[in-house]
Amino acid sequence: MSDLTSVATTPKRSLWSRVPVVHQLRQSMGLQRGMLIAGLIITTLFVLTAIFAPVLAPYGYSQLRDADGAFGAQQPPGGSHPLGTTVSGYDVLSRVLWGAQTALFVIIVAVVLSIFAGVFLGLVSGYFGGWFDRIMVVVSDAVYAFPSLLLAIVMSIVISGGKSNLIGGVFAAAISITVVFIPQYFRVIRAETVRIKAEAYVESARVLGASNTRIMFRHVLRNATRTLPLIFTLNASEAILTLAGLGFLGFGIEPTAASEWGFDLNRALSDVTSGIWWTALFPGLAIVLVVLGITLVGESLNDLADPRLRGRRAVAQTAGVVAQTSVVPGGTLAAGPGGLNGLEGAATHPSDGLEAGS
Amino acid sequence: MTDVLTITDLGISFATDAGAVRAVDGVTLRVAPGEVLAIVGESGSGKTVTAKTILGLLPETATASGAVILSSKDGSSESDIISLSTKQLRQVRGSDVSMVFQEPSTALNPVYTVGWQIMEGIRAHGQVGRREARAKAIEILGRVGIPDPQTRVDYYPHQFSGGQKQRVVIAMALVLDPGLIVADEPTTALDVTVQAEILDLLRRCRDEFGAAIVLITHNMGVVADLADRVAVMYQGKVVEEAEVQTLFSSPQNDYTKKLLAAVPHVGQGVVHAAARASARTSDWEQQDPVVVADRLRVEYPGRLGRAGFTAVDEVSFLIRPGEVLGLVGESGSGKTTIGRAIAGLTRVTGGSLTVLGHEMNGFKERAFKKYRSDIGFVFQDPASSFNPLLTIADCVAEPLVVHGRAKNAVAARKRVDELLEAVQLPRAYGDRYPHELSGGQRQRASLARALALEPPLLIADEPTSALDVSVQARVLELFAELQREFGFAALFISHDLAVVDLVADRIAVLYRGKLVEEGTSAEVLGAPQDPYTQRLLASLPVPDPAEQALRREGLRRLRAAG
Repeated sequence: MSDLTSVATTPKRSLWSRVPVVHQLRQSMGLQRGMLIAGLIITTLFVLTAIFAPVLAPYGYSQLRDADGAFGAQQPPGGSHPLGTTVSGYDVLSRVLWGAQTALFVIIVAVVLSIFAGVFLGLVSGYFGGWFDRIMVVVSDAVYAFPSLLLAIVMSIVISGGKSNLIGGVFAAAISITVVFIPQYFRVIRAETVRIKAEAYVESARVLGASNTRIMFRHVLRNATRTLPLIFTLNASEAILTLAGLGFLGFGIEPTAASEWGFDLNRALSDVTSGIWWTALFPGLAIVLVVLGITLVGESLNDLADPRLRGRRAVAQTAGVVAQTSVVPGGTLAAGPGGLNGLEGAATHPSDGLEAGS
Repeated sequence: MTDVLTITDLGISFATDAGAVRAVDGVTLRVAPGEVLAIVGESGSGKTVTAKTILGLLPETATASGAVILSSKDGSSESDIISLSTKQLRQVRGSDVSMVFQEPSTALNPVYTVGWQIMEGIRAHGQVGRREARAKAIEILGRVGIPDPQTRVDYYPHQFSGGQKQRVVIAMALVLDPGLIVADEPTTALDVTVQAEILDLLRRCRDEFGAAIVLITHNMGVVADLADRVAVMYQGKVVEEAEVQTLFSSPQNDYTKKLLAAVPHVGQGVVHAAARASARTSDWEQQDPVVVADRLRVEYPGRLGRAGFTAVDEVSFLIRPGEVLGLVGESGSGKTTIGRAIAGLTRVTGGSLTVLGHEMNGFKERAFKKYRSDIGFVFQDPASSFNPLLTIADCVAEPLVVHGRAKNAVAARKRVDELLEAVQLPRAYGDRYPHELSGGQRQRASLARALALEPPLLIADEPTSALDVSVQARVLELFAELQREFGFAALFISHDLAVVDLVADRIAVLYRGKLVEEGTSAEVLGAPQDPYTQRLLASLPVPDPAEQALRREGLRRLRAAG
């Protein structure tokens, strides 16, 4: 035990590089890195647009006239309206920019609402099991089986009678999305909890006499939340689609209360046949881009989290040091963590890979 | 006659997250026809990677250099595995070289009959009719010792026992009459008594089928039993290669010497146990025992409409203060269940089990909670018994915090440091995460955690079975040392007689949930009374080829008699 000083085989990762997305970005390479970066850029642009919409947009989302008089309906792009105006006489560019704000708002409300409820229910249900677990699983299956858009419509009617102002409309959309998303978080966390419950470290905590609450929150919860960033991104894009869907079907937010892409698309329906392309193209493009960006981030996080899907640089013929994995006296303490254990035998896939996602 | 396999200067590197890792470094080996070459080494030595290369089974992340020349059995063709295309590899696999896997239950597909799986191998190589293939499958099953092969050929894998499954796997490897069989830890997943039978079968593979065998193992007893020649691998290199007799009698390399010295032998612990027994005071026998089991029964409830499974059947034993009871048995003998019942993880369904004066039959978690601080538990797999998100110091402090001895992990740090030093880990390791420690280090930390509250009773459930031999030797040493120092009573559960012998004062042998024999180590290991114990003891291969040959004869006689 003389060489205790030589044990630092893995440098501790700095806090910065352990931040979820940053860590994956560093780990990635090749096509996966390209996908992740593209997704991150689009998503960042989206968030920045949402935050700075009041500054960026030339007009308000419900502005119909300025000092020079009314904008006029269905004006082609050009002049003071770079993307033209809609059938109701709103400026398309302003509507698109302001729409980002509504979309971000809905994502945040929907995900925050569903993440807390879903994680808590999943944890309790998975840890204690029994009749509560059975009922919860059946209920979440039932919600799954329901078409989510239909459910969202029903919720939106229940909450706000179909149409409403910004807060009401956003919450109507967000809560309806929440109802659909809770089961997803519930299922993922429950599955992880059931798996972790059988792990030896949970048993060892039980042998020590730790209380159920302590085991649940100290030992199970933190280990079960690994997959959350992933579902978060996938759900965020779904939230936008559901909101747009609601707006398109006419259950969205009044144009005077907030700007909403789906609603604008709905109003642009008749324009398309008469050759007025700009009213439909730009809100549609905005939806596609944001969903694409967030999905790219989610998908690449998914791939990177799984060692089997993660790409690595090819190694040169004689590259690499022989892993210090031996166990003879003197060598043991210097043994590198992980070492070749991850490569030998059936354990080619380390257990920290994701279970089959959601 | 040409060699079946010639490996020249083989080097393999893997792409990992941490950069390139070289697993095999300049390995040169050769295998003559009908020869058994054992490759021994501890985890990470590159032995499995070498074996997989012979079949061209390396994952995509690996890059290989050097040459692996494989000759067919009749010597008519030669091929370099590393440069073969996928299609050519398929030709070679099965007909020239085949593999026996470690875990027979996962090597067989559960949804097909074993006959179908054997026939698939036959029909993948050449035009063979269904009927002919089936006849061949039946014949090979018979030759590997499956009784009544005509019926059994249509059985599914789950209808066979573990040992029989391994026979089927060997039959699949033999059916195309390859010149070389690669056996990767073929007996590691099996019980000792079954292991002896499979080793016999592998010996017949060589004698009757004339196949050369590359045997990958970490068990020196298995090497002594089966191998003709041994290559010792260490950190990706072959450090020593010799005839089996030469290697065991006069090892040249330092690593080989240490490896051989670390292998536990039955009989090593007798002196130690006798010394401890004589050191005890005369009133020791009168002290209240820590654990008393009286006709203990544990049943697992069956599914609806099916009878439950009796894991522990009327077992009686007691553990006195400061005494180590070794519990030995094969898988399914109920030894782990007893340990879990004492720790209150499994419910007792019959009889009586008194732990530290508390009756466990029908216990309430709330009433038992205060006794929990008096029981330490060491789990089998050190990799999974630590919360991966907590540092070692946090994990070791956990019992102190739970039982209110310290307010939080920071306040407990002083005591944690003492504990880490007691198990010979440097204090700085407290700040590491479990995955940053090796298996042996983790098991020490696990001991530190179990001993944090200085419990009068410790339950160690196979604490060394997941470890390499040399690490195992040191953990066992540490265990004995700590036991002397802290004086706790212990239930030491293991499947390995030699390990139990090293640490235990008394040994109890379990067989199918029943206690078949109990006594001091000298009694049980020196003069076993029960036929099962005799067979168990005789099945244990010893790391000495000459002695093992004699023991093999003894076991054969014992089997013939029983």
